[in-house]
Amino acid sequence: MPTPLVVSDVAKSFTMHLRDGIKLPVVAGVSFSIRAGECTVLGGPSGAGKSSILKMLYGNYAVDEGQIIVKHDDGLIDLATASPRTVLAIRRQTIGYVSQFLRTVPRVSALDVVAEPLVERGEDRESARGKARALLAQLNLPEKLWALPPATFSGGEQQRVNIARGFITEHPILLLDEPTASLDARNRDVVIELIAAKKATGVALLGIFHDHDVREAVADRIIDVTAFAPGKIAA
Amino acid sequence: MTDEPLLRVSALSKFYGSRVGCDNVSFDLWPGEVLAVVGESGSGKTTLLNCLSTRLLPSSGTASYRMRDGQFRELYRMSEAERRFLMRTDWGFVHQNPADGLRMTVSAGANVGERLMAVGDRHYGKIRATAVDWLSRVEIDEDRIDDEPRAFSGGMRQRLQIARNLVTGPRLVFMDEPTGGLDVSVQARLLDLLRGLVTDLGLAAIVVTHDLAVARLLSQRMMVMKDGRVVESGLTDGVLDDPRAPYTQLLVSSILQV
Repeated sequence: MPTPLVVSDVAKSFTMHLRDGIKLPVVAGVSFSIRAGECTVLGGPSGAGKSSILKMLYGNYAVDEGQIIVKHDDGLIDLATASPRTVLAIRRQTIGYVSQFLRTVPRVSALDVVAEPLVERGEDRESARGKARALLAQLNLPEKLWALPPATFSGGEQQRVNIARGFITEHPILLLDEPTASLDARNRDVVIELIAAKKATGVALLGIFHDHDVREAVADRIIDVTAFAPGKIAA
Repeated sequence: MTDEPLLRVSALSKFYGSRVGCDNVSFDLWPGEVLAVVGESGSGKTTLLNCLSTRLLPSSGTASYRMRDGQFRELYRMSEAERRFLMRTDWGFVHQNPADGLRMTVSAGANVGERLMAVGDRHYGKIRATAVDWLSRVEIDEDRIDDEPRAFSGGMRQRLQIARNLVTGPRLVFMDEPTGGLDVSVQARLLDLLRGLVTDLGLAAIVVTHDLAVARLLSQRMMVMKDGRVVESGLTDGVLDDPRAPYTQLLVSSILQV
């Protein structure tokens, strides 16, 4: 099975210059790969570094050591050392990301927030909006909210907008940071369906799910992040 | 997407006597990219912007710009007339204070039309139609076209300045604190407008701001400056979410949460 993303020996720490330069190691020796058509889940307690790993894979957090090899544009690229411009191209074409919280933009409607990733990739605005409508309907977001900016929405409504925005594109790799945290059972089931549909089209998913039922329903493999605790590495 | 940058900046420095304006700044900018330059007052960000837009000449270093014919030209070796032509056609400069970028005593329509005439448009009807179109794109009602910007609010003036700059279809726009001095509600409207225009037109822009939220909304890449030097650069979300330089950590941790 193709592995579009391979992580080897990645380490990450934060240096707090405002706190006398103390160094907080987060993870070390992170090595795994994800496969097309599968949903891999990062497991472990809060603070183990799951979100940090996802953020490194999206080029959001800097990587101290190691490699993150991504299949991009018929080549292999090390995301850990790629230029900002390359990371942007990878985000546009190869790696999608559903963050934990929606970052709202003033005055932009929920519909356009969802359609935007497609418009950025050159799709016609009206056809992008059509797909956005379909996804928002599938996620049971009341139609009267579509034309409003999501800043005033409830947590669950914002998260559904965020999920729709992340799932609307056809990225071959999709990272999910607790997409179901504030959803009710009905909408959790919709997300499970959406993940199954992505798997069926050969997308490689990597996610964090605290919800036991969702994890059971979507996970093909679970990677225990506590194995990457910085103290655990000998040598 | 082209493989060549639009602007290549190498080891640019500007000294005012023994005082440092900006020191050894290098970067490339590609078409469609928005680069934010952040830092506090006196960090050299405006000096850098003025050097890049050739309003100031640097003490050393080079900057070359890819002209529409694909050839790179060294900015500081061009004649004054060539630089002025570039500024009028291929570049825009949005000042913090709209009065610096507008002619306050001619009408809004003339402010926009003047840039078109500078690039050779002579047909009055066509110029007026384009001006009306651009005023509506920046959300200024058509019936204000004959009013002078003196009669406009701060937010309207700033939108007019943006229309004046973008009407000639520039490929590179310099912005110096474009939302500085505006109420937050007016800022939000302006940012939304700028975001849309930059995406729709595929503009490259260099935006100087001390407001990290503005940088987050508008830019993909960021340079943080302190005492004339670039202390950190990278993807905007990377610099803001995982700041590594001591000064950037101080800036990010100083943002007030609302």
